[in-house]
Amino acid sequence: MNRFFHKELEEIRSKIILIGEKANAAGRLAVEAFIESDLEKAQAAIEVDDEIDALEVEIDRASVRYITLRSPVSSDVRLIFVAIKASHDLERAGDEAHSIAKRTRNILMRDGKVTRPVAIEEMSLLAFDMMRDAITSFLDENLELAQGIIERDKKVDKLNKQNFKELYKEMNGSKGEASTQVETILISKSIERIADHAKNLAEEVIYLLTGE
Amino acid sequence: MAQTSSNSSAPEAASIIKVRNFDFAYGDSQALFDINMNIREKEVTALIGPSGCGKSTFLRCFNRMNDLIDIARIKGGSIKIKNIDIYNKDVDVIELRKHVGMVFQKSNPFPKSIYDNIAYGLRIQGIKKKDVLDQVVEECLRGAALWDEVKDRLNESALSMSGGQQQRLCIARALAVKPEILLMDEPCSALDPIATAKVEELIHKLKKDYTIVIVTHNMQQAARVSDRTAFFYLGKLIEYDVTDTIFMKPKHEKTEAYVSGRFG
Repeated sequence: MNRFFHKELEEIRSKIILIGEKANAAGRLAVEAFIESDLEKAQAAIEVDDEIDALEVEIDRASVRYITLRSPVSSDVRLIFVAIKASHDLERAGDEAHSIAKRTRNILMRDGKVTRPVAIEEMSLLAFDMMRDAITSFLDENLELAQGIIERDKKVDKLNKQNFKELYKEMNGSKGEASTQVETILISKSIERIADHAKNLAEEVIYLLTGE
Repeated sequence: MAQTSSNSSAPEAASIIKVRNFDFAYGDSQALFDINMNIREKEVTALIGPSGCGKSTFLRCFNRMNDLIDIARIKGGSIKIKNIDIYNKDVDVIELRKHVGMVFQKSNPFPKSIYDNIAYGLRIQGIKKKDVLDQVVEECLRGAALWDEVKDRLNESALSMSGGQQQRLCIARALAVKPEILLMDEPCSALDPIATAKVEELIHKLKKDYTIVIVTHNMQQAARVSDRTAFFYLGKLIEYDVTDTIFMKPKHEKTEAYVSGRFG
């Protein structure tokens, strides 16, 4: 039997999808700003963060309210538990997008354009696809898709290490602007963290669907 | 939903029931002390509290069911329904109970057919036309989410129905005289979880058209079905507010202790 309050669960589920899409869109925009040396895109990505933060608060409040008033059990309580964890992961992914955009803005304001993109584009494509698939696995309750995301994180980690090594070497050789190299290392790290949050979300979906 | 902190909680203007400084006693034993409360129209208001706190006594004051107890007496204050003092000597109690229906803890269908249970109240009002009765019976059974389950056996005894169906029949019967307010005194305490869920769904549906006041020992039920909740203790209204506040952030420590199961 469907209860009148089950629609509140669907509202929470919809908000998870929304915060996920916003976080991923902000991340893509921030990386585009970096790749294309586009200050306007960097600024636009920075501005999305407040909406993401507000959505996290809404999800947490709705989840606590649901636990208190609706006495959920079984898959319903798992959904609420996952909603709280997922909203935190997605909010953090949004923070990383914000950080990428701000660092890109710093680089552009100092250097005019990005001259050393290393493997940022390649790793970002992997990370944002992981995030998109994690959100889809939550939406479609697709266990196989969620399980497949875990392994994909390794490739992103590898590219991050590669970026770090290259930029660190250049810094030691006093080639280029050290501040820009540090910012680029941190941008690479932010993308690696976005992939970690996508992996966390996939693990949360696996828990939601299997209880394990 | 707007939140208020006073004990009268619901805004004065939107209230169908207004209780002021109400004191009630059984003989020398005072059961309710200085109750002030506004009950809002077309909302569900839950009365909660430990056994003996006065919540059922209070509920039964709204349709003067306590008049049936010899030693019961109003010591002071008033209860107004649509601005009429229901304890005024000019008020016709039978008429009052047409406007304020009641559903009890234990379902109490008449030992008659399902059809006759609904039609009973109308027949004693002098309505005899079959097409009118047929229409009201269907409307009420639909209103109580029972029509699809019983439409093919309206002439069977109501006592052949399950406990949950009997309780919904009693709700349908209460609707037949077109009340504005429905009082429910632990309507699900004798029902299994599925029958309870059906009654709760019904309560949620009915609040579109009726004002419902429900007494329940089941705090999860109060949390699920009500818009506002009043917590009673030892005959006093301790806290009354929107249900979200009562269960998520009550102002009074006694309420907090009660809703979190740390009472006593």
